[in-house]
Amino acid sequence: MKLGTPKESFDGEARVAMTPESAKQLQKLGYDCAIETGAGLAAGFSDAAYAAADVEIVETAAALWSTADIIAKVRQPDAAELEHLTNDKTLISFFNPAGNEDGMAAAKAKGANVIAMEMVPRISRAQKMDALSSMANIAGYRAVIEAGNNFGRFFTGQITAAGKVPPAKVLVVGAGVAGLAAIGTSTSLGAVTYAFDVRPEVAEQVESMGAEFVYLDFEEEQQDGAATGGYAAVSSPEFREAQLAKFRELAPEIDIVITTALIPNRPAPKLWLEDMVAAMKPGSVIVDLAAERGGNAEGTVMDEKVVTENGVTIIGYTDFPSRMAAQSSSLYATNIRHMMTDLTPEKDGQVVHNMEDDVIRGATVTHQGEITFPPPPPKVKAIAAKPKETVPELTPEEKRQQEADAFKAQTRNQVTLLAVGAAFMLGVGLIAPASFMQHFIVFVLAVFVGFQVIWGVAHSLHTPLMAVTNAISSIIILGALMQIGSGSFLVILLAALSVFMAGINIFGGFLVTRRMLAMFQKS
Amino acid sequence: MEFGFTTAAYVVAAVLFILSLGGLSGQESAKRAVWYGIVGMALAVFATLIGPGSGLWLLSLLLIIGGGMIGYYVAKKVQMTEMPQLVAAMHSLVGLAAVFVGLIAHIELGRVLAMEEAEKKALEGFAALLAKKDGVEIGILRVELFLGIFIGAVTFTGSVVAYGKLAGKVSSAATKLPGGHLLNAGAAGLSAICLFWYCSTGGVFPLFLMTLAALFIGYHLIMGIGGADMPVVVSMLNSYSGWAAAAIGFSLGNDLLIVVGALVGSSGAILSYIMCKAMNRSFVSVILGGFGGSTGPAMEVEGEQIAIDADGVATALDDADSVVIIPGYGMAVAQAQQNVAELTRRLRAKGKTVRFAIHPVAGRLPGHMNVLLAEAKVPYDIVLEMDEINDDFPETDVAIVIGSNDIVNPAAQEDPNSPIAGMPVLECWKAKQVFVSKRGQGTGYSGIENPLFFKDNTRMFYGDAKASLDQLLTLVS
Repeated sequence: MKLGTPKESFDGEARVAMTPESAKQLQKLGYDCAIETGAGLAAGFSDAAYAAADVEIVETAAALWSTADIIAKVRQPDAAELEHLTNDKTLISFFNPAGNEDGMAAAKAKGANVIAMEMVPRISRAQKMDALSSMANIAGYRAVIEAGNNFGRFFTGQITAAGKVPPAKVLVVGAGVAGLAAIGTSTSLGAVTYAFDVRPEVAEQVESMGAEFVYLDFEEEQQDGAATGGYAAVSSPEFREAQLAKFRELAPEIDIVITTALIPNRPAPKLWLEDMVAAMKPGSVIVDLAAERGGNAEGTVMDEKVVTENGVTIIGYTDFPSRMAAQSSSLYATNIRHMMTDLTPEKDGQVVHNMEDDVIRGATVTHQGEITFPPPPPKVKAIAAKPKETVPELTPEEKRQQEADAFKAQTRNQVTLLAVGAAFMLGVGLIAPASFMQHFIVFVLAVFVGFQVIWGVAHSLHTPLMAVTNAISSIIILGALMQIGSGSFLVILLAALSVFMAGINIFGGFLVTRRMLAMFQKS
Repeated sequence: MEFGFTTAAYVVAAVLFILSLGGLSGQESAKRAVWYGIVGMALAVFATLIGPGSGLWLLSLLLIIGGGMIGYYVAKKVQMTEMPQLVAAMHSLVGLAAVFVGLIAHIELGRVLAMEEAEKKALEGFAALLAKKDGVEIGILRVELFLGIFIGAVTFTGSVVAYGKLAGKVSSAATKLPGGHLLNAGAAGLSAICLFWYCSTGGVFPLFLMTLAALFIGYHLIMGIGGADMPVVVSMLNSYSGWAAAAIGFSLGNDLLIVVGALVGSSGAILSYIMCKAMNRSFVSVILGGFGGSTGPAMEVEGEQIAIDADGVATALDDADSVVIIPGYGMAVAQAQQNVAELTRRLRAKGKTVRFAIHPVAGRLPGHMNVLLAEAKVPYDIVLEMDEINDDFPETDVAIVIGSNDIVNPAAQEDPNSPIAGMPVLECWKAKQVFVSKRGQGTGYSGIENPLFFKDNTRMFYGDAKASLDQLLTLVS
């Protein structure tokens, strides 16, 4: 089958859904690849680079849409693009199904299968195709760079001959993928970084990135991010108050605020209110990554940069990934390639749209003329982290009690064993003749000595132990030697064979033991 | 020579043998302990050669020397990875020798019983001992030699099959004839009948029939046990060879045989017990073969196996301060112990802490991994047992699993329905990063899915262990 990528039609979109690198991988899956001419130019991939990777260059978008069986693109397709779909085509792209009823209806009418990249479930198996995460990672990085671009001072503190420079203070609100990427970038630039999240369990991740987690003085049943698929949920009014009070306290010292707080299927929560913006120093920068959903900061204008009266810059761009098209294209193309890997179990270039598969089912929004959105909840829960059951600490009395019980049980066992053993011995003694009993005593004592001695053998010497017991069990040779001289030819023959075999064993066993033991060396 | 001297020599030999086993408690004292064993054996053989009842000592000496040369050659030539086969093969020799000696005792007994009273007086040695026995004693003697032959025969075929499995000449999967354990039970029942028959008649036929039945039991029993249970099987056969010697010792009235047989028998029994404990399985369930039925569906394994190449492993090792290596049978199969040792040397030269974690049932023989690592000159003080190292995994940066599977399976702790639930395992998944060197995505011998391979901090380093490590060594200098 042929997999094609058109040039993005959305104005200003620089990303592309296929790179020469990903095309090579797709060809390994058995697909022919095609790309519209100039599609990768804005992301830094020339037609020549694609041609070098055996990708067919198609002159027009219309031609591409008609030749390709699978169309992979980045942005949500517009009505004109959806017109090209037919019932044997599969479209893979961002689709925004929750806010795109018309698009789904159009795709349904055409009978095409549509896979929406933002619907990939957040389970560990699907991380490799989670385009939201890979784009959020870029957005987080770019947010810091963009902030630095608009911030008139250093990030890192310096003491120079020309004077002392204090380090910038950065606050990251929301420690999701984008937030963590922002934290990482900010700390590596040298800023003093603080981070806040409503999910206290991410504090560890925040601290591992080198930032300081902002704790609230607030007692509440802590919410478990795992229950909501790793996203934050709406918090209680009291919690919100405590949170805002903390931000208000921080606002005058903070130079750069990066907000990334999003709650699924709801407008972005307002977390950085007007009075906080007003309290910030002139020249401070706010980057609002939630601008697309209305913004976390009051005063954010989507896709624009505004400067407030007191000189605070608020950046509301929503196209951070597109601003780093080379990087985001290669990551997105890899996400697409992984999606194709899952869709092509036989690696034969044929799509198997397995609606039983959690990931594929979750991401599919229209399938064979049916709208399949919203998907049923995935069978596997995301990031399942069951709280550990703690074993209650034992009191000293209980411990003593347990020890005493164990001792009693042990004593009982031993006494029973001894009694049974003694009874058995007496029984044997009653019927067996004295000559037998003599040997029997030797035997029982030897078994006892054996047990005592063997428990002391080091675990690492178990193989030498086996070899040496092997060698000494050839003591059976005595039996043969005692009899070889007396009697018939048959006896001599059997005895001779026994002696011979035991001889092999004695020498072999001891020598191999010595060889092994000589190898054990101390460092 | 005096009878008293022989007995005295036996006492000394018995003490030496006990010291020899006891000396194995430490690596250094073990080197001395072997000599005790050798001297003890030499003394015992010498005392017997000059003692009563023996003759043809020139022939005996020649045979011992002849056998010794073969033994010497084999011991020099054997690869350390072939140790399990060698041990199994040697057990089979002891078993067969026990059968032969038992048969001889039977023949002798028949000959002595047929003699006139006057002739009996002229006998000496073992025959004289026989001649003095009364009815009950002869009955007991028959039971003893019957048992000796029975255990010897089971040991013989069992060891031969174990050898075949360990050497890869027989499929290591558990296979049973139709009828399964009923066949074994039938053969054992037949042997019991033969015992009564033999005791009452003293004829050679029941003895012969029982030998056949015992040979069959040995064969069928071990055929029904799979490769992963081999450590138990080998130590069990070790134990049997000891008990066979002890039974023969009873029938010959030789205390040294009894003592040594009992020592070896209890040694093997303890080893089997330790191995069973390490797999959290009862001895009976191992003997009955195969893994017991699970009580419910196994836990769903989520996630995926993520591969990594040598570059990635090398980088991670470069960053790591503490490394724990967990070798398994796969390392022995790939003969990768030298490469592992070289990697260890290089990492240690860089000042990193490198240690080895050995599960009691790693490999196909108790202590198998220790011997292989020792061969590759890995110092034994960095080779640790499971209990010594399990608590250290959370502080470990990198754990490398080389060719082991079930012994690092977290399902044993997490999934109560797993067939290996409750088995003590090495908790390597608690390390910050785990690399698993493995040939491919299979489930290995036991057929149990291993959730370790799907964990977030696990990366699969696919390929033959030796080739993978070779590649890795070019990157770690």
